[in-house]
Amino acid sequence: MGRSSSTVKETQALFQSLRSAYAATPNNLKIIDLYVGFAVLTAVIQVVYMAVVGSFPFNSFLSGVLSCIGTAVLAVCLRIQVNKDNKNKLQDVAPERAFADFILCNLVLHLVIMNFLG
Amino acid sequence: MASPESAVNGPTMTAGAASKSLRNAFGGVIAFIILVLIGVLAFSIRLFSVIKYESVIHEFDPYFNYRVTQFLSKNGIYDFWNWFDDRTWYPLGRVIGGTVYPGLTLTAGTIWKVVNSLNIPLSVETVCVFTAPIFSAFASWAAYLLTKEVKGPGAGLTAAALLAMVPSYISRSVAGSYDNEAVAIFALVFTFYLYIKTLNTGSLFYATLNALAYFYMVCSWGGYTFIINLIPMHVLLCIVTGRYSSRLYIAYAPLVVLGTLLASLVPVVGFNAVLTSEHFASFLVFIIIHVVALAYYIKGILSPKMFKVAVTLVVSAGLAVCCAVIAILIAVVASSPTKGWSGRSLTLLDPTYASKYIPIIASVSEHQPPTWPSYFMDINVLAFLVPAGIIACFMPLTDSSSFVILYIVTSVYFSGVMVRLMLVLAPAACILSGIALSEAFNVLTRSIKFQLPGIAGNPSIAVRMWCIMSTSKENGSSTVVAPNDIPKTEEAAKEKPAKKNRKKEKENVEKKPTPSKTEKRLLVLPLEASVIAVLLLVLLGAFYVVHCVWAAAEAYSAPSIVLTSHSNDGGLHVFDDFREAYSWLSHNTDVDDKVASWWDYGYQTTAMANRTVLVDNNTWNNTHIATVGTAMSSPEKQAWEIFHSLDVKYVLVVFGGVVGYPSDDINKFLWMVRIGGGVFPHIKEPDYLRDGQYRIDAQATPTMLNCLMYKLSYFRFVETDGKGFDRVRRTEIGKKHFKLTHFEEVFTTHHWMVRIYKLKPQRNRIRGKTKKSKSSRSVSSKRDVRGKRNPWH
Repeated sequence: MGRSSSTVKETQALFQSLRSAYAATPNNLKIIDLYVGFAVLTAVIQVVYMAVVGSFPFNSFLSGVLSCIGTAVLAVCLRIQVNKDNKNKLQDVAPERAFADFILCNLVLHLVIMNFLG
Repeated sequence: MASPESAVNGPTMTAGAASKSLRNAFGGVIAFIILVLIGVLAFSIRLFSVIKYESVIHEFDPYFNYRVTQFLSKNGIYDFWNWFDDRTWYPLGRVIGGTVYPGLTLTAGTIWKVVNSLNIPLSVETVCVFTAPIFSAFASWAAYLLTKEVKGPGAGLTAAALLAMVPSYISRSVAGSYDNEAVAIFALVFTFYLYIKTLNTGSLFYATLNALAYFYMVCSWGGYTFIINLIPMHVLLCIVTGRYSSRLYIAYAPLVVLGTLLASLVPVVGFNAVLTSEHFASFLVFIIIHVVALAYYIKGILSPKMFKVAVTLVVSAGLAVCCAVIAILIAVVASSPTKGWSGRSLTLLDPTYASKYIPIIASVSEHQPPTWPSYFMDINVLAFLVPAGIIACFMPLTDSSSFVILYIVTSVYFSGVMVRLMLVLAPAACILSGIALSEAFNVLTRSIKFQLPGIAGNPSIAVRMWCIMSTSKENGSSTVVAPNDIPKTEEAAKEKPAKKNRKKEKENVEKKPTPSKTEKRLLVLPLEASVIAVLLLVLLGAFYVVHCVWAAAEAYSAPSIVLTSHSNDGGLHVFDDFREAYSWLSHNTDVDDKVASWWDYGYQTTAMANRTVLVDNNTWNNTHIATVGTAMSSPEKQAWEIFHSLDVKYVLVVFGGVVGYPSDDINKFLWMVRIGGGVFPHIKEPDYLRDGQYRIDAQATPTMLNCLMYKLSYFRFVETDGKGFDRVRRTEIGKKHFKLTHFEEVFTTHHWMVRIYKLKPQRNRIRGKTKKSKSSRSVSSKRDVRGKRNPWH
């Protein structure tokens, strides 16, 4: 039917425009996105492992998954702060300061993780 | 206090700029001095009980916290963390490390350790008594910071001054009230301040601090679930009203992850942080904010046409996945009988839940709904300044002011469910009243300033005083006009009425957005009216102060372990019976003796008398409490057998009939019957009622006159006045002359308020038929199964 083919074509056009728009982002942001993707992938692997093996000890599972999600979230926050398009909405914070905050937050996160890992 | 904050497009004279910075510095110094004074005020107004009575720990719960702090200071933190207490809930014991919120005890223990290492010899009791006033000073400063983020330093100082004195907060934080709320309210306000700060600045540093402050709140009080539900509600509100920004993401997402982890670190919460329904709201909004963030990101990088295609695609596919996930979630949650919520949380959502299902929660007097006068008693003039503050928050509406509005609405609802939650309402009321008063003073002093002769013609001051966005036809003339402000902001045009925010639907805020220039004509009132209004507002504040000091001195400073009354010739009579009884116990009984009493006195008995008790105020085991309640409601022999099976040696009852003390055990008896009858069906409440009332006079039922509580309370009572007139129930008692067969009286305090009895040992020799044949015959007669068997026969 014509409608489905048009939707397929639209979907293809959509993905192409997405890809081209994303290729235009600067390199440092792409590195952060890669890191976020890696963290989320690790979290998914852990969840699948838990589904296979069982959830004992639960605190280790929780700390593992939440550490992955935590670093992903913090990396996204860093990306938001470093992105030059966001200058007008956020307070003027230098990228070095943003990165230092990111390190500090990660430090606290991993301290808690280490404590909870059991 | 109107201090100009933003950069002003005034005359660029260097002298003007210098005088402006000098005035700023001067204002800063004054603000600092005011804050110090507010801290001193908050500390001193809570010292009435120490001055009127002595430096003693009040009530019941603080004694448990005090005992735990003593243990911590003596044995160190590792023993405290792993402490299994065998001197309470005999024979079950209690895992203290896993069931107590450690924030308060760790705070006081740290203060004690630090102070002692500086060679200031403060005892643990002194530190415990004065922890609450110190932290109330901190809470006032945190309220200043929070309100400063919302409206400005003037509002902040007013809110801090109001919070330092509000009676509702004083009632739970006097010197001596060493309870969780003493530090929890500070943690609550501080966490909210850091959240608002993160929301306003978008800095990850404050997000980290926010998570750590939330951790401190989780350590301190079970009311942390209020935070973890209010913040997601606010995030959802912002998203729904179109206020999503990247700062919102930075403020919320790290808090959820880090906060959940930190909350699971506390042993009391443990895995409840991810498994119970109280936390599900935060996860749900976590997912929602990610979806919204992704949507905004894609919208930013795509063209509008492509974005529409993407939306249709995602909506069709995502809807199916969403429905599946939600169905699974609902199935999981609905499979548990309480839908995953704890009993206390259910009581908050459905106020009638506790009275139907959990009589223990319903029996606590703090869990009753408040009466209307208690609002006026507890927050006084703030009760009608709050609506003015809500209106002030709408002009203009920012993220932080919408948060404050949501906070006050939810806390008003919860304070209507339970009296003790008026404490959560107090900071919100103070913040909003501070905003209202500050805005009112802004308008009035501005009116006065503009109309005082000699000032109106000076353009520089006039321009500097006006807080504006951009003005085109501004002159320094004082126009006595302008019926209304007409604020035109871009955000006003974007607001859609959200179903979540009931307050917005109730108020009709008029917005007339004009596309081109934004202008603001400021309100100026007539001179005389504003002068009188300023005087009246100051008078209002004076009334508030007078009421707060009176409430602190008269109503909320009673330690309730020591009672006083004024005799006819003006002298003060002190009733120190409780401590008398506990010290008798600690001096005249063995260390391992078990004492049975109603659960109210458990904490005090373990802390002051240092004896093992059966049940205490923690009330975690309903069956055990029902056992004690059944024993108190049974005749002597059955009660003796129950207590003997639990190794009890002494029984303690509180009796107020001689002096007229109304909170004695006979008045609490109905709860003993109800709770006992809830677990052991042979205790039937109608057996004790005559015409639907509990009576102890000649009209009382025989079951009532024979039960243990009656006998232990009124044994030898006729000897006091010859007639046996009970001053609390205001009647003569029914059975006056009787002997106790299974108990013997060992101690009665000076005013007969506490009476201690000892279980008589079993008889060595039984007269008449031997026990063996008697039991065999009674076994055969019990063969027919009756519906309600007494398990102790």
